[in-house]
Amino acid sequence: MRLRISNCRIVDPASGRDAPGAVLIENGRIAALDAEAADARADETLNGGGRVLAPGLIDLSARLREPGYEYKATLESEMDAAVAGGVTSLACPPDTDPPLDEPGLVDMLRRRAKALERARLYPVGALTVKLQGESLTEMAELAEAGCVAFSQANVAIRDLQVLWRALQYAATFGFPVWLRAEDPWLARGGVAHDGAIATRLGLAGIPSSAETIALASLLQLTRETGARLHLCRISTAGAVAQVRAAKAEGLAITCDVSANQIHLSDANIGYFDSQCRLEPPLRAGSDRDALSLALAEGVIDCLCSDHTPVDADGKQMPFAESEPGATGLELLLPLALRWGRERGLDLARTLARITSEPAKILGVESGRIAPGAPADLVLFDPDEQVVISAERLKSQGKNTPFLGEELAGRVHATLVAGRIVYRT
Amino acid sequence: MQANPQLNRNGELQHLLSLDGLPREIVLQILDTAESFASVTEREVKKVPLLRGKSVFNLFFEPSTRTRTTFEIAAKRLSADVINLNVSTSSQSKGESLLDTVANLSAMQADLFVVRHASSGAPFLIARHVKPHEHVVNAGDGRHAHPTQGLLDLFTIRHYKKDFSGLTVAIVGDILHSRVARSLIHGLRTLGVPEIRVIGPQTLQPPGVETLGVRVFSDMRAGLAQADVIVMLRLQNERMGGALLPSAQEFNKYYGLTAEKLALARPDAIVMHPGPMNRGVEIDSSVADGAQSVILPQVTFGIAVRMAVMSIIAGN
Repeated sequence: MRLRISNCRIVDPASGRDAPGAVLIENGRIAALDAEAADARADETLNGGGRVLAPGLIDLSARLREPGYEYKATLESEMDAAVAGGVTSLACPPDTDPPLDEPGLVDMLRRRAKALERARLYPVGALTVKLQGESLTEMAELAEAGCVAFSQANVAIRDLQVLWRALQYAATFGFPVWLRAEDPWLARGGVAHDGAIATRLGLAGIPSSAETIALASLLQLTRETGARLHLCRISTAGAVAQVRAAKAEGLAITCDVSANQIHLSDANIGYFDSQCRLEPPLRAGSDRDALSLALAEGVIDCLCSDHTPVDADGKQMPFAESEPGATGLELLLPLALRWGRERGLDLARTLARITSEPAKILGVESGRIAPGAPADLVLFDPDEQVVISAERLKSQGKNTPFLGEELAGRVHATLVAGRIVYRT
Repeated sequence: MQANPQLNRNGELQHLLSLDGLPREIVLQILDTAESFASVTEREVKKVPLLRGKSVFNLFFEPSTRTRTTFEIAAKRLSADVINLNVSTSSQSKGESLLDTVANLSAMQADLFVVRHASSGAPFLIARHVKPHEHVVNAGDGRHAHPTQGLLDLFTIRHYKKDFSGLTVAIVGDILHSRVARSLIHGLRTLGVPEIRVIGPQTLQPPGVETLGVRVFSDMRAGLAQADVIVMLRLQNERMGGALLPSAQEFNKYYGLTAEKLALARPDAIVMHPGPMNRGVEIDSSVADGAQSVILPQVTFGIAVRMAVMSIIAGN
């Protein structure tokens, strides 16, 4: 079966290409481009209508809530949300119930995801058993079952000796370790950025030093162990400076930020809006600006949705008691586009942060449009406005600080391995 | 971003949730109305019929005796029916959600909810979910606000000092955890007090507190110099002897109000405390019971102020 997508504007961040053209797909891969694709015989043709055809989005953090939290979301609902958002590959953190610390769980999750035939799923295994920060998981076994990296999700390892050993062990096999930097003692009890807004609202604060101090430890242990560190969801200007310095020094680390964090600050909490209860917390406006700039400069490598579906009951609570998290899979593209416009970046450079760059971190061949690459593609209109509403969101999580907002960027079709998995 | 739900479309008080951003005219309206009720509380028959037929639900998710009692007295003097619920000991412990509790009480035809909750912002959540004719009065939420306490403090200051424009007000103690301090600071700013000082060790000062419009002092003697009003805050027992403070004794030595420290303020300075007091910790008995103390009048004024708030809100 040969599928042609014609009449589209092909944007390939990996090569910097942004030009009209056509794509021919065969056996799940891109077979030819442009004139060759246009001239070839095809069984079916999809008219792109002049819209943008880009590599499918790659999201390094999307919680699917299975196993254990099916009342919040299911694999099916969230995979629907992924492809509706143009996301063709996603990595899921291990904080399920039970956590992804056994090969059997990982295997089951992958099979279930595969059977759904939507986006590609890359499980991130637990670095320590039950994420308790005490004993190491069977990383090699988990990797064989399909884990692409190891992480603690939002659970910090309190004992630095365990962290040190975990990094050593992962480095032995060359496994990537994806960690968030947050000192659990400094962050203890906090629910918002420790600043003027938390003071005015009487909310317990999480100081920026909770992130920068933990990050300093993490960077030092990475230097000593040679671990392949990927930093998840940094939130402060201080952490940006540390990552910038570490990269300048030659440390081979990578880093991501959540789409919420580059657009919002603690001021958005307003009068206790629990939609803005997130982990890490929304920081000051100056932190947001530093993160946005660092993402443009490449100090931060990629943007992720940090998709965390929470049910209505979890949000209809006083701010401190409400459950942290926001739905994000369907907002990743519009929020990336908004960021790119704000920073004056062209489409290829904007999309690199959600396609080719995360592809490098995941070590996959998708994230580019070239002959031989997997035909994971998204067709979208970058200017068409979409109102973010509970009715429109396919995700079971209807919670996001952007609810009710109109954002530009509408997905019209999503293809995974050459198959149309979403179409308007 | 969500708007503050305490004002209705006409800019009138629909709920009283915070003094932060409450317009000056409304603050003055409440204080003036309280003035007229102060005489009611001195009459033989202490009742007016303003809330006859209305139901006031005292919804206390956190234990309190004094505040709940003064709200109850205020509502009864307005001729309302008062229902007291100590939710901390009933449905919440059975796992019922905050909004379910409120919805159930709402079905019992409530007109006004007086809410105290340990979590900052809880009354905002309730205010967003009650029916249009129902009103919410915040009786203290976490560290955030205690607007009727702030108003009664303003009433007390006005009673003794007449004018706010030349005053220096010093607030002493645990600012970090104090909803009383936050509400009072906003109220004093609204009424144009030029010098508001907060005094305490760094562990009890919230970050960026100066953005609220106050001067920060760690030396109590310097902070009390020439003050017209001194507001001592209650130090919760659980804050003593942990990572915030070494001991009640050391706190008393450096931040407790003694007669000797009081002498640094202006001779006609008044001493206030929201109660309940820890004698010998934040305040010495000689000061608490002394000539400059207005701590008991504060309690009396609190009833008139709460009557004013409830009558104004129910009339809007």
